[in-house]
Amino acid sequence: MQGNILLYSGAVVAICLATFFSIISPLVLKFTIDSIIGSHPMEIPVWIENIIKYLGGRESLLANLWLVGLVLVGLTLLRGVFLFLKGKWSADAAESTAQNIREKLYDHLQHLPYDYHVKSKTGDLIQRCSSDVDMIRKFLAIQFVEIGRSVFMLIFTAYIMFTLSVKMTLIAMAIIPLIFIFAVVFFLKIKQVFKLSDEAEAEMSTVLQENLTGVRVVRAFARQKFEIEKFEKKNSNYRDITYKLIRLLAAYWAISDLFCMAQIGAVLIVGSYFAANNLLTLGTLVVFITYEGMLLWPVRQMGRILADMGKAFVSLERIQEILDETPEKTSTDKIKAKITGDIIFKNVSFSYDNENPVLNDISFTVQAGQTVAILGATGSGKSSLVHLLAGLYDYRKGSITIGGHEVKEIDKKWLRRNVGLILQEPFLFAKTIKENISLAKKEADEAEVFESARTAAIHDVILEFDNGYQTFVGEKGVSLSGGQKQRIAIARTLINDCPILIFDDSLSAVDTETDATIRQQLKTIKSETTTFIISHRINTLAEADFILVMENGKIVQKGKHQQLIEEPGMYKRVWEAQSMLYAEMNDKRGINNAKI
Amino acid sequence: MQKFKEQEYNKRFDLNLWKKLFTYLKPYNKYLLILAIVMIGVAGIDAVFPLMNKHAVDNFVVPGNLAGLTRFAVYYGILICIQVINIWLFIAIAGKIEMGISYDIRKVAFKRLQELSFSYYDKTAIGWIMARLTSDVRKLGETIAWGLVDMVWGFTMMSLIMIIMLTLNWKLALITLSVIPLLLLFSLYFQKKILDAYRQVRKINSKITGAFNEGIMGAKTTKTLVREAENLNEFQVITSKMRSSSIKAAIFSALYLPIVLSLGSIGTALTLWYGGSWIHQEFITYGLLVAFLSYTVQFFEPIREMARVFAELQSAQASAERILSLIDTEPEIKDSQEIIEKYGDTFNPKRENWPKIKGKITFQNVSFSYEADEKIISNLNLNIKPGESIALVGETGSGKSTIVNLACRFYEPTKGKILIDDVDYRERSQLWLQDNIGYVLQDPHLFNGTIKENIKYGNPNADESAIIRAARMVNAHRFIIEFPDGYNTEVGEGGSKLSTGEKQLISFARAILADPKIFVLDEATSSVDTEMEQVIQLAINKMLKGRTNFIIAHRLSTIRAADRILVLRNGKIIESGNHQQLLEKQGYYYRLYTNQFKT
Repeated sequence: MQGNILLYSGAVVAICLATFFSIISPLVLKFTIDSIIGSHPMEIPVWIENIIKYLGGRESLLANLWLVGLVLVGLTLLRGVFLFLKGKWSADAAESTAQNIREKLYDHLQHLPYDYHVKSKTGDLIQRCSSDVDMIRKFLAIQFVEIGRSVFMLIFTAYIMFTLSVKMTLIAMAIIPLIFIFAVVFFLKIKQVFKLSDEAEAEMSTVLQENLTGVRVVRAFARQKFEIEKFEKKNSNYRDITYKLIRLLAAYWAISDLFCMAQIGAVLIVGSYFAANNLLTLGTLVVFITYEGMLLWPVRQMGRILADMGKAFVSLERIQEILDETPEKTSTDKIKAKITGDIIFKNVSFSYDNENPVLNDISFTVQAGQTVAILGATGSGKSSLVHLLAGLYDYRKGSITIGGHEVKEIDKKWLRRNVGLILQEPFLFAKTIKENISLAKKEADEAEVFESARTAAIHDVILEFDNGYQTFVGEKGVSLSGGQKQRIAIARTLINDCPILIFDDSLSAVDTETDATIRQQLKTIKSETTTFIISHRINTLAEADFILVMENGKIVQKGKHQQLIEEPGMYKRVWEAQSMLYAEMNDKRGINNAKI
Repeated sequence: MQKFKEQEYNKRFDLNLWKKLFTYLKPYNKYLLILAIVMIGVAGIDAVFPLMNKHAVDNFVVPGNLAGLTRFAVYYGILICIQVINIWLFIAIAGKIEMGISYDIRKVAFKRLQELSFSYYDKTAIGWIMARLTSDVRKLGETIAWGLVDMVWGFTMMSLIMIIMLTLNWKLALITLSVIPLLLLFSLYFQKKILDAYRQVRKINSKITGAFNEGIMGAKTTKTLVREAENLNEFQVITSKMRSSSIKAAIFSALYLPIVLSLGSIGTALTLWYGGSWIHQEFITYGLLVAFLSYTVQFFEPIREMARVFAELQSAQASAERILSLIDTEPEIKDSQEIIEKYGDTFNPKRENWPKIKGKITFQNVSFSYEADEKIISNLNLNIKPGESIALVGETGSGKSTIVNLACRFYEPTKGKILIDDVDYRERSQLWLQDNIGYVLQDPHLFNGTIKENIKYGNPNADESAIIRAARMVNAHRFIIEFPDGYNTEVGEGGSKLSTGEKQLISFARAILADPKIFVLDEATSSVDTEMEQVIQLAINKMLKGRTNFIIAHRLSTIRAADRILVLRNGKIIESGNHQQLLEKQGYYYRLYTNQFKT
């Protein structure tokens, strides 16, 4: 930031110097018209008079007017150099600041707790990270420096005008405060209309987006006409509100132009009156007319800039809101010992909001290499349980140990590197399939990538794509089915040798045959890995060393498959429902239960 | 396969394109004409102001004579008033044209989007379409309306100033104007460069937005994979690129003004040099010199504006090209003229002429491929009785969805035909068939609005009790009334405020409310837990009775209820029969499901 402040200061100084030279030029013109071409006595600093004397005095200059022209061009060039420096420096400063904010935001977001991302609205966050940052960037790059220039310009021209003629200055400045106040008041007033227009556009985009993503639904219900009417409403609403805004702006520019032109007219007419009465030289009148033109524009802009400054502050606040969120604690003094797969849950309770318990007094022990299956209805707490294990949430009561270390005491990143959690709805990045699989292990070679893909039973599918492992995933690339995405997510987790693996219903979209293949391969390759499997499929759960059945945050049943199908309870119910076929097959009578 | 290509714009002026575009201007011809006249007025008065200065200097200041100053002031005031009215008019009219044209184009494009076939959506990314209807349309509207303003103003202004200067003193005029060609060339060059540089910046900017999108959507995944540091590194590469190209663009625009100003000052200097000595020799008046000096400054503005408009026209042409290409895309599936006359089109259906649908579906030698060189389905024959329940089983890519899409006429067979109630469905309107189809997707799509509105989407004429009945049927009623707002609960964008299971139940209710003759369930139950699924299954069974239906599902409990199961592999039906028959066959189906239950 230090460097940026320096750049900004440089830019402000440069713009002031540029303004200085642009103010000087009309003075040279005045002097030339009055005292060289005309015969008005020279009222200039002694050193310039000396230079003129050295050049041969007025007559010589009159004969060589090109010299004055050269001075004018020189002044403009100087002005140009400083204008350029201002442009370069302020852009540099603004872009660096924007880059800074972007990176800070990005990294901060990455380090916010899991829970934050579960609850946050993606669209809103993205808007803050893109449009709000851009708002600030634009303000810094264009308008911020402009404020410095306008203030300098106003003071400096006012000063020169005063030295030339006090009376004329009062006339030349008469309406300026009015223009300024009008601009500020106007832009503050119509802030609401600007917002309405933005909202109308956003609403229209939402309808469009929903229509496009839901095109199948629209067609299947034959609701094209309804959709067109819905869009028509938003489309015309946007048009009408924005047109209203434009009409307001038209009124603004017309009225403020009226003020400006009246101000210039006043200078011309009163100035002519004074000059005709010899109270003012012709050159001075020319200077006043030129300055008036130079002054009015920035003054009118200032109103707008101040109004925009309000917007920039709002943006800054919205960004600050994100940055104020407390990130996960990732202190470096935590344990980074080798993690083994022995896990002990002891009286663990947990709730997201301190009120409604999600997990209640959970206790169980897993030995390294064992497979634990979890069955439970939606909201029974099964996902929360494994999330605690990966340190995505902090438990409040009880204790969880992995290889003897309390989970809370283990460095979070270290923990996650060792606990491979595969989410139910995996997110694939817009990269190639190969890059997606080696996400967590950059240095992985091709053989390792292939190996993990084979274990996840996706290798052959990938090879069938035109570009194989180089196929792009995401909106710009191939669209994968839910099951393929899940398998790639499994592959990318397998690439690191985690002592603990968690499948959080991450085989749900994979067909049963492939599901079985994957589990079979895992069993042979990763026999020492402790594995948690959450699933609704009994056959996926059945082979586990033991099965936990969860209801309302509690473990209600625990045991092996054979055991649980003997006990009355959820497991047995689900098993019976799913294995009716099995029963049928054993019972060759083949009751046709096709229509229950 | 979705293809996303940033099209490079055509550099040459495309006359045909603009001709086509002009048809969109027709409703605004009157406004465009008024706008042009107003702009000529604006430029005229702008050009006259320095003449007023000259008049004042020559008639009042130099001779020291005040006679007529009052009248002069009145005239000046009148000019100001006219100009103020002009300014108000041109902004309001240009705004009207801008918003009107954008509105019209969006309307036409949206209508076209409702007609385009699924093949279009398969090939086109949604982001691409969104950009066409938002930023491209905006750009086009802006350029047409405000480009005209700037062009007419700039052109009139330059011509008038030139004419005035030449009449006042042609010699001095030629000297002053000598820098103009150079100024024009530089402006054109720089404006083009500046525009290109900023286009580059915008491209990178959209990458940054994309990266944020990914970073936020993938934040949970990032955590589980511990990839924070690498992500940040990758992000920093883009932001650094953004910074350097933004600065590059800023440098171009920072260079432009100084160069043009300096060139302009040469004009001023020349004017002063010659004009000054000519005053002394009394060739010209003081007032004339003053007027000339202000004109040199005034000339600069229209040149810059015109150069900018020219540069912008090029990118507007690119926008026009893209948006018109969307509008001009013909839907692959189209009803013929006679059919439209008889049954109406998508927007004005003649329901009174629609034959009642029974639900018999016949595939006759149907072949289908998305692209010419591949075959997804070949020579498929299939007879489905009204009310029959068909389950489709097979691996991803085996053609399950394709068969359903063909049956629903979301795609049409490339060879062979499909009959509905013994009539080729191409002899009926698309809407006729699709109005009779209920479709439940694996990933249920809800619209922003209340639960009630979403269920009602299935049948806009349904009353409250019918909605509740539908919700009860799929056991959605229970959880809906648990919300504080009940049926009036907002579901959020894409249904984000509901869980996947809840979304699915609502999409079920929606489909049931539509009361279709043909029902499609596409893996609809895969993310509802088993107990819930059973409840739904019962509702579905009740619901499907008497309706032809297709079920694509992996779970046995869903499939076993079907009258007929088709096992697909590589676009071919390899086994067919009911659950029991297939088991006895001990083929692929048998393997698939014994595998699921071996313990």
